[in-house]
Amino acid sequence: MLSKRIIPCLDVRDGKLTKGIKFKNNVDIGDPVEAAREYYEQGADEIVFYDITASSDGRNIMIDVVRRVAETIFIPFSVGGGIRTVDDMRRVILAGAEKISINSEAVKKPLLINEGARAFGKQCIVLGMDVKKVGRNSRIPSGYEVAIHGGRKYTGIDALWWAKEAENLGAGEICLNSIDADGTQEGYEIELTQLISSNVRIPVIASGGAGKPEHLLDVLTRGKADAALIASMVHYRTYTISEIKTYLNGHGVKIRMHW
Amino acid sequence: MIAIVNYRAGNLTSVARALHYLNQPYQITADLPILQEATHLIFPGVGAAGEAMAYLRQTHLDLCIRKWVRMGKPMLGICLGTQVIFEHSEEDNTVCLGIVPGCVKRFPENLQYGNQYLKVPHMGWNHVAFQKKHPVFRGLSEGSEFYFVHSYYPVPADDRWVIGWTDYGIRFCAALAHKNLVAVQFHPEKSGRPGLQILANFCRWGGKDAQ
Repeated sequence: MLSKRIIPCLDVRDGKLTKGIKFKNNVDIGDPVEAAREYYEQGADEIVFYDITASSDGRNIMIDVVRRVAETIFIPFSVGGGIRTVDDMRRVILAGAEKISINSEAVKKPLLINEGARAFGKQCIVLGMDVKKVGRNSRIPSGYEVAIHGGRKYTGIDALWWAKEAENLGAGEICLNSIDADGTQEGYEIELTQLISSNVRIPVIASGGAGKPEHLLDVLTRGKADAALIASMVHYRTYTISEIKTYLNGHGVKIRMHW
Repeated sequence: MIAIVNYRAGNLTSVARALHYLNQPYQITADLPILQEATHLIFPGVGAAGEAMAYLRQTHLDLCIRKWVRMGKPMLGICLGTQVIFEHSEEDNTVCLGIVPGCVKRFPENLQYGNQYLKVPHMGWNHVAFQKKHPVFRGLSEGSEFYFVHSYYPVPADDRWVIGWTDYGIRFCAALAHKNLVAVQFHPEKSGRPGLQILANFCRWGGKDAQ
């Protein structure tokens, strides 16, 4: 059977990590390639890079980062942020990324999912969704609304509807981020994850709220997620990925334990 | 020199990067004379069987690869490259290279594990239970897992060629060996250390399955 995936997420701006990541001896690492190598060695099953660069110069730097990461680690990784066209996708994939993730741009132009899937295969296209709990109403029957631009702008789109629509358009996977849980380190939004995960037939990566290994256990079992995204809890070295995996494995979750 | 066959089936650079990391000289090529010269052949691929076979026929790479295999030099199939070495694939109802007797089938709809429906494609890390010793699969620890992305799976005509089985609702052949050919359904180039181990073993393999 498939193992549940543990996926660290790295935010990159102009080719540098936005938050220094602490490693052995409390050394701060600002280089995304070195951070990726460290997480690869700790047993990460996949890595997500999120490029928050604004300028086009910065974007070229990101392509170089992707190329160096691909020469360094031999597990799948995805790149998101600033991808607006099939050509943008192609550049990232040719530089060595396994998958690309699109978020706001897919809301504005849903056919981008379809074009990407036809050009590179569904498995390459990850739909990123930023979702906020708003309460059920006629416009938002699931009670969860999709936001774009890093959660700053509400769209009036129902999250469950959008997840199903994206699957139909050819998304291979959904990375589901809860705006309410993000940054709290108090646990994933389980209800939301379960809702989306049990209504689509593509894998769902839960994101937002991870602070302790117990949170991952919860979202991978009760939340029915196929994978869990983590950030601060490993970046600040509160836990290593291998500690988290050992915990999950000990609690009956199928986890890749040899790397 | 190791030749990576370029038949326009997906992105071949990840295999190349892994070989580079292993300090193995390689060339990504569709050039028949260069392929003839190579000591080892890697036949990777991502994409659809129908399109891949059409391209192989159109460029006569199909004949070249069959001839190559008959020479007894070591060949490694990966993912789609593994599927097209069989006689037939259900994907696009495609007649394939016919190097190994057997066929390729799609995972059934409503594949289940316990009371849980399984998603297709089979994507992610899964365990391979190795049944037999083989030089290319030497040095792997018992619990090693590999990275898979596929909706179709190989069914060799003879189970004796199967080196490793994987379970995803059904048990399927994830690794096989047939004379001078080895083939895997997973991506060794994206499977971390155990995957690199297989690639390194393959580069050292002379094409005989004697221990």
